[in-house]
Amino acid sequence: MFRTLRLKYLATLLTLLCVFAATAQAAESEQDTLAITIAPPADLQVNDTPDDGGGSLTLTWKLSPDDTEKLGDIDGYEIFRASRRDTSLKLISMVGDNTTSFTDAGLERGQEYSYALRAKRGDSNSLLIYSDFAQPKINWFRSYRLNMLVLLLVFSASVLLYIRSAKGGKSLFIRKLAGLEAVEEAVGRATEMGKPVLFIPGISDLDEIQTLAGLSILGRVARITAQYETPLVVPVLYPMALAAAGEVVKGAYLDSGKSDSFKPDMVRYVAGEQFAYVAAVNGIMLREKPAANIYMGAFYAESLLLAETGFAAGAIQIAGTAMPEQLPFFIAACDYTLMGEELYAASACLSKEPLMLGSLKGQDLVKIALVGCILLGVIFELLQFGDGFFARLFLER
Amino acid sequence: MKTQLPIAIAFLSGFIMVIAFFIPEQHLEDFSQNLLTFVTIVGGFTLLLGIVSIMRANIQVVVKRGKEWGFKLLLILMLLTMSISSFIWGTREGTVYHWMFQNMQAPMMSTMFSLLAFFIASAAYRAFRARTKEATILLVTSVIVMLGRIPLGQFLWDKLPIYTDWIMAYPNLAVQRGIIIGAALGAASMSLRIILGIERTYMGKG
Repeated sequence: MFRTLRLKYLATLLTLLCVFAATAQAAESEQDTLAITIAPPADLQVNDTPDDGGGSLTLTWKLSPDDTEKLGDIDGYEIFRASRRDTSLKLISMVGDNTTSFTDAGLERGQEYSYALRAKRGDSNSLLIYSDFAQPKINWFRSYRLNMLVLLLVFSASVLLYIRSAKGGKSLFIRKLAGLEAVEEAVGRATEMGKPVLFIPGISDLDEIQTLAGLSILGRVARITAQYETPLVVPVLYPMALAAAGEVVKGAYLDSGKSDSFKPDMVRYVAGEQFAYVAAVNGIMLREKPAANIYMGAFYAESLLLAETGFAAGAIQIAGTAMPEQLPFFIAACDYTLMGEELYAASACLSKEPLMLGSLKGQDLVKIALVGCILLGVIFELLQFGDGFFARLFLER
Repeated sequence: MKTQLPIAIAFLSGFIMVIAFFIPEQHLEDFSQNLLTFVTIVGGFTLLLGIVSIMRANIQVVVKRGKEWGFKLLLILMLLTMSISSFIWGTREGTVYHWMFQNMQAPMMSTMFSLLAFFIASAAYRAFRARTKEATILLVTSVIVMLGRIPLGQFLWDKLPIYTDWIMAYPNLAVQRGIIIGAALGAASMSLRIILGIERTYMGKG
């Protein structure tokens, strides 16, 4: 009797367990049916990112068949990562729909990584797809910049060749720049009138190459003002330019043997804001009435404000900038304007040193080569030759 | 030494920046990034030089009761007020500095910028006088472009905007690109001269 009862209980318990297991399986199966209503993406590939420093891998995949152009068909893709050291998958990012690549940066060089990916819409996910293991590797050269390296080498070789040739005593012809010829005339005029020369080295800091070009010209101008003992005023916008311009003017006066004529106040820091600087410089133009205004460097919206005030004050004006948008303003308001490359050539032309002039000739040679390339490109494009191959050689990335 | 050391620093800095442009090595990239940060830090320190320069120049005039000394005194007072108030109360909204910037400095800067409209008018008047063949071409082109950019131009002749776009997209752009290519080569040549130590005038030498 007791044994029969125990068997009955056992049978009931087993039945309950079976029912519970069946119910749980049914629930899980129902959940799975819900979860895999989205088709998974396919063909997940992971490769080393080309042309990088070795800290990233690039993933590519094919879109889920459910990821169409229709808005909201899926939300995006969840990306998981594991490594040989830590094999558990961790969610690292989610990218939007219609995306087929992802770059995972900040990885440890030498470590192997594997990825998993699934499509996601609301609370539903597709099945995960997995990649093989891959390792980020260092690349020693940005191959997409090969064209720029070739151009740099050709350019440097051309410049160095002409510098060497100039060192050897070969005479080099450089065309005269009217604006530079006028510098001495302008300083002479200021000397005769007993008025100062105003030099503005642009409104950019020393990290701008145009400012350095302007300071180089300032050095040449300061030598002339030192010889003629003409007052020189150099207002600057940036403190670093103040220090550099101060050294340039001081050096020029020392070299000219006129160190007594140098005054630290020749180079002045007048303001730290663009239009406050304009107000200060225009004030100098109208109060001190300089006879010559020389603008050399990078200029922006203030170019015409300065040049027109100088024109109204009756000064002879010489400008030079490589900012194409400001050139028309200077051309309209100044007596002479150095355009683009002439600004960079000015210091070399004024120095008349063979080494400096040699670099200009080298630059001209490359310019001729580039003009040839442009003509070839136009011909190839007109004839539709090479399917744009020639133009692609010059693409900058 | 005084000449050679800056040239050596310029050479090394320039060379490393060029190398970092072509080689994606993390240490090189970090180094070139640090160089740029270093420039910013040096720039911050040189601000002191600027303040010393502006104070020295203006205090001298005020002390000697020179020309327009009242304006110089005002400049010194404003410089001190803005600096000291920003150190004490900060620069956020509601502070003295912020109020002065919004209600004094910004309107004054806007006023200076607005003057550009009048300067453009006077410069255009001189530039567009048809005294030579080139000036006449400039005048005709500018009239087409200006009219083509406003509704009145389209009202006068519906094809005017098309000709305006053509002028801007072909002759104008071609000239601009010519200038840009020349300037880029000039900048590269100048950089090479600086890196190799040939161009030293910007350091007060040579």
